[in-house]
Amino acid sequence: MLFNEFTKGIFKENPIFIILLGLCPTLAVSTQVVNALGMGAGVIFVLLGSEIFVSLLKDFIPERIRIPAFIVIIASFVTIVDLVMQAYAPSLSKSLGVFVQLIVVNCIILGRAEAFASKRKLGESLLDALGMGVGFTLGLLLISAIREILGAGTITLFAVGSFDGVIRIPGLASQPARVLALAPGALLVIGFLKALFNWLEMRKQSREAWAVAASAPSEGGTS
Amino acid sequence: MSYIGIIITFVFINNFILTQFLGLCPFIGVSRKTDSAVGMGFAVIFVMSMASLATWAVYRLILVPLNIEYLQTISFILIIAALVQLVEMVIIKISPPLYKALGIYLPLITTNCAVLGIALIGVRSNYNALESFVAGVAAGLGFLLAIVVMSTIRERLDREWVPKPFRGVPIAFITAGLMALAFMAFDKALLKNLLG
Repeated sequence: MLFNEFTKGIFKENPIFIILLGLCPTLAVSTQVVNALGMGAGVIFVLLGSEIFVSLLKDFIPERIRIPAFIVIIASFVTIVDLVMQAYAPSLSKSLGVFVQLIVVNCIILGRAEAFASKRKLGESLLDALGMGVGFTLGLLLISAIREILGAGTITLFAVGSFDGVIRIPGLASQPARVLALAPGALLVIGFLKALFNWLEMRKQSREAWAVAASAPSEGGTS
Repeated sequence: MSYIGIIITFVFINNFILTQFLGLCPFIGVSRKTDSAVGMGFAVIFVMSMASLATWAVYRLILVPLNIEYLQTISFILIIAALVQLVEMVIIKISPPLYKALGIYLPLITTNCAVLGIALIGVRSNYNALESFVAGVAAGLGFLLAIVVMSTIRERLDREWVPKPFRGVPIAFITAGLMALAFMAFDKALLKNLLG
């Protein structure tokens, strides 16, 4: 089922919350929603480009040097993103800083290239890249929305026309919990979010165990 | 900036893990036991200092004269990958137990954002050769400090009762968050008071 390759990256194997990949940029750029959107777009582009290339070139790259070869492919796409961002979105490029170039060491990308694209066909790799990228972006959006709404009382988006791109939330904007917008807030937010996801997973598992026990009472233990 | 200023900046004020969020994967992954945390910390110090020096040389002596600075991402990551291979070979030769302890995390230093991060920050701050080297060592020391403190806390946490959903990674992140809160005491004012 091809569609599964897309959706699994969003929910079941969400790179940020479930397999904990690509955390450094997640925490560093999640101070504003607009940064999360920019970073997500960059990561989706690099993931797509590198998974397509790795998937097409997998039969030509010798086994022994595959990792360096993948890294060169990824670095090329990261350079493209970096230069395009500097040219067309200089303010975004400035606020993301060194983290645009650091997409190259984002474990999600090398991880997917190595674990997925180097073994599968083009179509599957494409959907996998899209799913993982969208999953990463959604995770990043969730964290940055929590941090910006509670930490600054605003939601920063792109400026369009007379709208300056900043939505101020009444009440919160005057007295935000500033610590969430600072460095410690990022670590605290992801810690609590991960605990929440663990709890949801545990609840689902215990429900399934109950369902199994209820449908097969003869096999259900007395424990 | 003086060398002492660079050291204080990268160890305390801009601690790579707690304020810059560079190198989190090994920080969470290898901080379960203190001895492997110490090993990882020293491996990172070594790789970071070598990498910042090597990337400085390549950037100033090759990329800038040839006007191909846009190749910095590709060239830096390749230099770092080669360096990590070297360190891996040295550790296998010198200390097989340490190699066993670090396990899969040693190759992962290649994709450790801290190493590429210090190289890029060195270039952006226009450091000279010695300054980049000192910055690399200091950032590595900051990593060592954070990961060792973290691992001792986690060893104690293992013996405490923690609510089930928080066990493992979530509580580690919350601990790191509290450590980062403590590190907020180190700011630019500290540098001013110390160095005048």
